[in-house]
Amino acid sequence: MTITQAVRSTASEAKAPKRAGRVRTDTKRAASAFYWMVWPAVIAFAAFHTLPVLVGIFFSFTNYAGYGAWNFVGLSNYVNLFQDDRILQAYGFSFLFAIVATILTNAFSLAIALGLNAKIKARNFWRGVYFVPYILAILVIGYVFQFLFSNSLPKILSGIPLFADNILANEQWAWTAIVALAVWQACAFAIIIYLSGLQTIPAEMYEAASLDGASAWQQFRSITFPLIGAFFTINVVISLKGFLQVFDPIVALTNGGPGTATESVTLLIFKGGFTGGEFAYQAANAVIFFIVITVVALFQFRVLQRREADF
Amino acid sequence: MTSMTNTATQIEQDVDAITANGRRKRVRDRDDDTRRTNWWATALIAVCSLTVLIPLYLAVVVALKTPEQLTTGTGFEIPNPIRWENFADAWVRTSFPQALFNTAIITVGSVVFTLLTSSVVAYALARNIHRPFFKGVFFYLLAALFIPFPIIMLPLVKQTAILGLDNQAGLIILYTIYGLSLNIFIYTAYIRSIPIELEEAARIDGASTWRVFRSIIFPLLMPMNATVGILTCVWAWNDFIMPLVVLTEPSARTLPLAQYVFQGQFNTDYTVAFASYLMAMAPLLVVYIFSQRWVISGVTRGSIK
Repeated sequence: MTITQAVRSTASEAKAPKRAGRVRTDTKRAASAFYWMVWPAVIAFAAFHTLPVLVGIFFSFTNYAGYGAWNFVGLSNYVNLFQDDRILQAYGFSFLFAIVATILTNAFSLAIALGLNAKIKARNFWRGVYFVPYILAILVIGYVFQFLFSNSLPKILSGIPLFADNILANEQWAWTAIVALAVWQACAFAIIIYLSGLQTIPAEMYEAASLDGASAWQQFRSITFPLIGAFFTINVVISLKGFLQVFDPIVALTNGGPGTATESVTLLIFKGGFTGGEFAYQAANAVIFFIVITVVALFQFRVLQRREADF
Repeated sequence: MTSMTNTATQIEQDVDAITANGRRKRVRDRDDDTRRTNWWATALIAVCSLTVLIPLYLAVVVALKTPEQLTTGTGFEIPNPIRWENFADAWVRTSFPQALFNTAIITVGSVVFTLLTSSVVAYALARNIHRPFFKGVFFYLLAALFIPFPIIMLPLVKQTAILGLDNQAGLIILYTIYGLSLNIFIYTAYIRSIPIELEEAARIDGASTWRVFRSIIFPLLMPMNATVGILTCVWAWNDFIMPLVVLTEPSARTLPLAQYVFQGQFNTDYTVAFASYLMAMAPLLVVYIFSQRWVISGVTRGSIK
């Protein structure tokens, strides 16, 4: 039921039954209690969410360093953003990271969910195991991964130069280690969503398909994947949005290094805004980032929903 | 703004579509599952689960070693002899009781306030969604789901400092408010499935709106309360970026923050650091182990409702 339908049904319902008239005489105006329930939340939300957004946008047109006096500088922060290699590199890194991590998360978690949905021994136990990463602080478990990459793997895989020299110190490949950690955690949630999607598919469909001689791959392509389309959409949208804002895994593994090779946009806003004296400049960066994320989300919904509708 | 509203409606439809699916096709009962046990899948699932278990194993064995054992091996060897003092050292160095208390108070406070406020707001919105004011509020709150935290981060820190909210109480307020968007989304879908006749009967008996909420709606919301409670709990317990930017006093620092400080200070002291990581992860992990099914079903309900 969509909102519009809900509205329509509630509205007609309110008019039709006359016997309930005494209770629902207030069809034009809601009981004042309802307003009292909502207003405090709206005010609090405006004060702690909308206000900071507006303040951020305001300061993005100034040269405020985070302290001291400031002046309006018009659009120069925005102009400078597009000529700043460090900023462009951060966007490049964030997108590369987010796209690779989204693809891997969805591929792995769908595969694992299919395995968990098959008739296997101790299914609930395995399901519980795969969900564990979700409840661990990514920063804390990230430090364990950092040890793994910088101390254990160089000794275990001493024959492979990439790992022998500590992948986290490798300017070209350090990002793959961050992908590994982020995907490791994100899979936990994605698996659960896919699993609940798979459980809505009736077993009879597979029985019918196998009677018709469909192979396992054909069954997946023609039955499973189309029927969990909505779950796929949600997972892709959630993971891409989360990965674009990546912060914790980077702090745990490389802190943006080596050099600035693994600096994400969020990390750059954090570093520049709080310790770099670039409050206004990074506020402008954040505004651009907000626009980028919104555009990406809208684009995704368009594309993915069109694809879904085909089935 | 309009485009955001559009997308919000799309999410809504999306989620509704899933719910409809779920209702139409009943979840397969395990007893009806006449398939033969798939041993290949079992083996594959078991092998893949090592990716989850290996980092945890590593955390445990390193935490139990002496520094000397660590320098000679890869870290994966069984600790011998076991050095329990790592935990005692970590306890002192990170002021563990203080950090645990801070995290616990923030988590409990956030969960309690979130449950009390989000459900009330969602109830008012769900029952009046046909009125322009409430509809506007609904989309106003929902639109915030698209606003990334970095854009709020810099001004927020100034604001919390000015208001004296750069402490545990401030974080409780922020988690409660920032969780509102998603929680309302989760609650309203469920509240709309509660028949309005239930309330009307109580109203005829003279119950006020607040009374109706307290005695009828809130108890019926228990499954969603569990979902929202779990999501809020995991978020508040593990969050790193918000305590990092908001808290100013070292005495207010949370468990993840305590580990962050560890990093620079005792960089080579891996065994004590790992003991500290284990202690930071343990409380939630233990709770999870004992309520695993409940947690997973709660999270699932939240994501597909």
